Amino acid sequence: MLSDLSGWAITAVAILGVLSVAAGVAVFVVDSMARATFALLASFLAVAGILLALDLVYLAVVTALMMTIEMAIMAVFMIMFMMNPAGLMPMTMVHNAKGSAAVGAGVFVLLAVGIWTIDWPTMNPVRPDDSTRQLGEAIMGSHMLVMLVIGIGLFATILAGTVLATARGRYDRLGPGLDAEHPDDPVPGGLRR
Amino acid sequence: MTAELVLQIVLTVAAGLIGVGLFGALSQQTIVMVMMGLELVLNGVLLAGGAAWYFLAPELPDAQVLVVVALVVMAVEMAMGFAVTVAFYRARQLDMIDMASDLRG
Repeated sequence: MLSDLSGWAITAVAILGVLSVAAGVAVFVVDSMARATFALLASFLAVAGILLALDLVYLAVVTALMMTIEMAIMAVFMIMFMMNPAGLMPMTMVHNAKGSAAVGAGVFVLLAVGIWTIDWPTMNPVRPDDSTRQLGEAIMGSHMLVMLVIGIGLFATILAGTVLATARGRYDRLGPGLDAEHPDDPVPGGLRR
Repeated sequence: MTAELVLQIVLTVAAGLIGVGLFGALSQQTIVMVMMGLELVLNGVLLAGGAAWYFLAPELPDAQVLVVVALVVMAVEMAMGFAVTVAFYRARQLDMIDMASDLRG
């Protein structure tokens, strides 16, 4: 069956596909950490463009917006935590590069062999009028359990992230038994003084 | 161009993203770069999910829901990764995973 994508859409998908993989490779090639972060952003935006060509308008916009913000935050963390953020002194920060390359290439070959040898089902798709409406009705109806689990997971992430990133917890202030007479704070003041 | 061929090309791109991301996650020494590798793997999952919806089952919302789950996993991975990075750095002033190899299970 002929694809119902237009010629322009197929061309866009091909170009964006090459761009996404090239940007993905660039992440681990460039020296500057800011460039690596923005290469990853380019890869995400290319994938968002492909999703747009595939009629997934909502998911494409969410991907583009979320990843733009995420990469902006990531760039800050990269510059905070990398010992050579600007890449002015090129150095290799890898371990077991050959083994990792072998695993990466092996997984790609395995997936590609599967993709090109599987007898894909005959496609006679019935497209919904609006993919966003289809998704919205699914997560508020038949697939609500997924949304419930996602909500609990995100809430747990908020709590766990705060606990991990907090410099001083209540045990630092009040001792292992939480029974100190006065809290051990770096700055004096407050209650129970 | 047949729909099957376009599907195979898009899935091959997704496989390429997964392969490159896996290489990065396994080879990089810095925690933040490891996270970037994992994000690249999830990027491939996003693409594969979108392609599966469009070419295989657009009448069902399941593949779209899978893409939403992959997006949420990305957000959770990044939030927890940065929290762990901050906690590591506070406790030991380290930013490379090789320096924390004593945490191996």
